[in-house]
Amino acid sequence: MANTISDETMEYVGILAKLELTKEEREEARRDMERMLDYIDKLNELDTDGVEPMTHVFPVNNVFREDVVTNGDDRENILKNAPRKKEGAFQVPKTVE
Amino acid sequence: MKNILDLTAMELGRRIKKREIGVAEAARASLAQMEALEPTLNCYVTINEKLVLKQAEKVQSRIDSGELDSPLAGVPAAVKDNLCLEGLPTTCSSRILENFVPTYTAEAVQRLLDAGMVVLGKTNMDEFAMGSTTETSAFGVTRNPWNPDHVPGGSSGGSCAAVAAGECFYALGSDTGGSIRQPSSLCGVTGIKPTYGTVSRYGLIAYGSSLDQIGPVGRNVEDCAAVLEMIASYDKKDSTSVSRKDCDFTRALVDDVRGMKIGIPRDYFGEGLDDEVRAAVLKAAEVLRDKGALVEEFDLSLVEYAIPAYYVIASAEASSNLSRFDGVKYGFRAKEYEGLHSMYKRSRSQGFGPEVKRRIMLGSFVLSSGYYDAYYLKALRTKALIKKAFDKAFERYDVILGPTAPSTAPKLGESLKDPLKMYLGDIYTISVNLAGLPGMSVPCGRDRKGLPIGLQLIGDCFKEKNILRAGYAFECSRSYEMPKMAQESAAGRMTDNVTEKGGGAGI
Repeated sequence: MANTISDETMEYVGILAKLELTKEEREEARRDMERMLDYIDKLNELDTDGVEPMTHVFPVNNVFREDVVTNGDDRENILKNAPRKKEGAFQVPKTVE
Repeated sequence: MKNILDLTAMELGRRIKKREIGVAEAARASLAQMEALEPTLNCYVTINEKLVLKQAEKVQSRIDSGELDSPLAGVPAAVKDNLCLEGLPTTCSSRILENFVPTYTAEAVQRLLDAGMVVLGKTNMDEFAMGSTTETSAFGVTRNPWNPDHVPGGSSGGSCAAVAAGECFYALGSDTGGSIRQPSSLCGVTGIKPTYGTVSRYGLIAYGSSLDQIGPVGRNVEDCAAVLEMIASYDKKDSTSVSRKDCDFTRALVDDVRGMKIGIPRDYFGEGLDDEVRAAVLKAAEVLRDKGALVEEFDLSLVEYAIPAYYVIASAEASSNLSRFDGVKYGFRAKEYEGLHSMYKRSRSQGFGPEVKRRIMLGSFVLSSGYYDAYYLKALRTKALIKKAFDKAFERYDVILGPTAPSTAPKLGESLKDPLKMYLGDIYTISVNLAGLPGMSVPCGRDRKGLPIGLQLIGDCFKEKNILRAGYAFECSRSYEMPKMAQESAAGRMTDNVTEKGGGAGI
């Protein structure tokens, strides 16, 4: 069955993806996604009842360590690539009035 | 008389150790080859011009003082542009990271620097490693040294083309769904994706974290084994790094496959496989059989489900990993915006290319409420079944043998028109990442057009040595081929090399 993605879903995915697409880009993205989903639907041929979803191929456990600071003050390096900075902090547009 | 550029990385390392070739001399030979071929091939995003000779001098003095004893000390190499190297731009071939200069170095790169690597530069790739042709790079396509009208494959296309062209002696790549093995196949070089967790991913700009692995690209199996031996390590800075044994990979390089059990999956030889690729790969299997391996066909199953599962998982992880690029901490920030959210959105929309946006959108969709179970969890369940199919195969076989890619290198511009078709080109490599297995591509011939064909050898988890042994034994039956363009360019300068060092470069 061919997948169709509604305007609302496209809008919602755009918010999640934090992407601002032009009308043209959005229609292209919709077509691409519908086509990919049609292809991905192939997975429905497989009976996966009772199969545990596998995130990692090896059993991965939480790695614990003592909560001790080992790195020094690296502020200068951390800010080195900031597009804008001010007084030792990242500068962003005003968010609170 | 042999040119420096005719040597493998290990041969060069041995000559440097014996003081027959100087480190700076080797670096200059590489730089000259780059100068001659880069205008055509564009393997590099950034060339380390200012520092490379200085670095070479430093390495030379560390060798002279006896401080450096690594077999690859002084050998010039290249690093894929998604691996951080302090002080050198690391762009992931994306506009969004065009001006990013890391303040730290990736663990795998650091280990090679400690062993005396001289870095020639950062190699071109598909933007954020998303692509199979190196055409999605924001900094221009890389061309295949065997025929510049064709792509080098991807995403580590720059690394593989550079090795093939003699523009470096070995390179680092990364492999999420075939990004080391597929371009290695298309460029006629050797590349290994190790078992997941073998090489620390610290300092690798993430794409699909549960699939990404760093690995070597070289002219032959020996070079790759030596590099892998150096970069494999348990690293506290990468929580998925595995503390494993049996990392003395060069010990597996023996020309003896007697009694080795090799399985050929029938499902890898079905529809879509080019006839010449099929013939070359089956001929390679015959070589191993003649050397005493037990070769038989079997049914692996589930092969056609790997690509859809992969695109769900990889896109989901990418959408999460790439959310860090928001114009705040590093990278590109849009010039005009109204407020914080508009700044995020515009910076990302202007900074990312179309393929990256495509995957972020798909990933955000499959993770969104209402679709998560149907797509994301379904893909993870499929992954479990694929892993089980491999487990079953490795109960019977030491190595699985098949093609790396269904065809030789496509022409430039052919692949991006139809993304789904491009994705299908990764059919033989992708399941290896889903199952966390080691895989290697070794050159095994060329087609009528003269383009290289790659043989893929897949091993069970932590059994790199099996594929190295099979690959090495196969390689012993043939000699390394360098593209004509690279040979002619190197030979054309040989007289200069000789006069400069009074004949010292001729060996």
